[in-house]
Amino acid sequence: MKAHERLSAAITAATDLGRTALVPFITAGYPEPKDFIATLQDVASVGDVVEIGIPFSDPMADGMTIQRSSFIALQKGVSLKWIFDQLDSASGEIDAPLVIMSYLNPLLAFGFDALAERSLAAGVCGFIVPDLPFEESDDLRAALEARGLGLIQLVTPATPDARLKKLCDASRGFVYAVTITGITGGGAGLPTDLADYLAKVVSFSTIPVCAGFGIRAAEDIAAVGLYVSGAIVGSALVEVLERGEDPKPFLKSLIR
Amino acid sequence: MSTLFAADEAKRLLDAAIRGEMPDERGRFGPFGGRYVPETLVPAFDRLEAGVKEHLHASDFQAEFQKELREWVGLPTALTFAPQLSKAWGAEVWIKREDLAHTGAHKINNAIGQALLAKRLGVKRVIAETGAGQHGVAAAAACARVGLSCSVYMGAVDMERQAPNVDRIRRLGAEVIAVESGDKTLRAAIDEAMREWVTDPDGIYYLLGSAVGAHPYPYLVRELQSVIGREARQQMLDQAGGLPDVAFACVGGGSNAIGLFYPLLADDIELIGVEAGGIGDGLGENAATLATGTPGVLQGSYTIILQDDDGQVQETQSISAGLDYSGVGPEHALLQAIGRVKYISARDNEALEALEELCATEGILTALETAHAYAAAREYAKQNPGKRILIGNSGRGDKDMPTLSQLPARTRRYEGA
Repeated sequence: MKAHERLSAAITAATDLGRTALVPFITAGYPEPKDFIATLQDVASVGDVVEIGIPFSDPMADGMTIQRSSFIALQKGVSLKWIFDQLDSASGEIDAPLVIMSYLNPLLAFGFDALAERSLAAGVCGFIVPDLPFEESDDLRAALEARGLGLIQLVTPATPDARLKKLCDASRGFVYAVTITGITGGGAGLPTDLADYLAKVVSFSTIPVCAGFGIRAAEDIAAVGLYVSGAIVGSALVEVLERGEDPKPFLKSLIR
Repeated sequence: MSTLFAADEAKRLLDAAIRGEMPDERGRFGPFGGRYVPETLVPAFDRLEAGVKEHLHASDFQAEFQKELREWVGLPTALTFAPQLSKAWGAEVWIKREDLAHTGAHKINNAIGQALLAKRLGVKRVIAETGAGQHGVAAAAACARVGLSCSVYMGAVDMERQAPNVDRIRRLGAEVIAVESGDKTLRAAIDEAMREWVTDPDGIYYLLGSAVGAHPYPYLVRELQSVIGREARQQMLDQAGGLPDVAFACVGGGSNAIGLFYPLLADDIELIGVEAGGIGDGLGENAATLATGTPGVLQGSYTIILQDDDGQVQETQSISAGLDYSGVGPEHALLQAIGRVKYISARDNEALEALEELCATEGILTALETAHAYAAAREYAKQNPGKRILIGNSGRGDKDMPTLSQLPARTRRYEGA
């Protein structure tokens, strides 16, 4: 099984059990770098796939919560190299396949080939790169696919149909359906006209679809779960960690 | 870094630039440029690109734009011979007076052009970022002129050091939104404006103020600012009787510099861009992006940026808010890589000295940004006596009074070089 197929399989395993797959997001090394692996293990014990956010100095697609966590993690010395070292040390002790969410520049600085190689060794199966549109993604896609890793495409309510089809076809692991027209961590609630959009994405995709942005509670997951296979929970979880609380009860409360 | 390319490849790229073939279809200036934006904005960028293609060089748009430049902005701006400065430097110094443009800097050329475009694209609302406040003022004025509402994102640090411009923006009817995130200067203001744009990509027009960011902005801004170089070139021929040996412009994002340099690329003129040398050579002590940076992606474009080994963008340091930026326009990255333009830096104290000298010799209070170009030109004149020098005087220094007032006024005692 290729690495990106592990992502699809983990999501499908949840839906086979009759529930919506849960994809928690954490900012690596936040709030404390020393707790990174323990937090990751906790989160992976409940989540079906875990998304690890790489801190970046200019998180332009993120709201205040992720900006703040990213900024503090950077101040505390978190880097992609450090993250891989940590993941290597915990190899085999994390219960879910991993996805890295990173802006492009830290990946460019690391080098795409080295990135793919270390990812495969560390249990990372796919990448989400919010500032890398399909048109600019050939080099990274080639480096990842050479090792069976997936580049997960984001689609949004603003994506025209022809482009949506192209992005769904190109995506590996799952398709990331952004629920709102906006940045992460939106507190305004999910839009009411999600049904048509999510149903359309699902109809265009041959792999599982996960919805993300603005998903904060069990009812949000229930709402998107009517259409898609999985739900990504980012800012709400980061806020739980920020308050120093145990993430497991929060994540379990999301699964019904 | 100096040249990235073998001589024949560099020549091919320069010839393509001169023929107007840069950027290419994908928004690339050689390897630089492109469009690295969140998926939500891709359709908005596609629409913007289509709008630029449809309108920018259409005769009715150009007629309206040129009329506004003439009758509202006050173009052509003067070309001024600087006799005292020439004498002091042992050179022949000519000054292209963008400070005389409406609102006091070259920024207005771009702002009115994009505001007219926004109107044609039928948007409800314009957002803009600003560093020194000059683009914020220009955007506010242009939006008032064409009847669009305008919000300006400005870093909290910049709001303090450019307080007069904050008030001007508000009086021109625009809203100023303080940016407390990131480095609280221009870079954070751009990030925040992008975040706002993502919430309403259909209804908002983002009026970007420099030749930076994702395609088509570097192209659009260059096209709107090239009037600087076209005017200066003709004025040099008419008033000086020939082209300059060398032209200087300050470079932050690089809009005034590309506006001056682009129409001069084919001429036998040495072109020198001057970045902010800040307080020293260390990472974080300056904003000398091209002189000390490395390739990377920042705010939508593959260009030269100030970053650490992990690809984290570094904060910058400069006395001038308008140059205080960790990236630079992708076309400048190309022009450096092919060796057509040389990029150097001047430090804070050198810029201040040059500003005072210009005040005392020619009665022109230039912007702190622009003062960097004078500092470099003065040094050049020392090494190369008798040259005919053109300086792009990108803006006036009234906005810098809060910064200048904190320093001892040496101008009255200035004795010449």
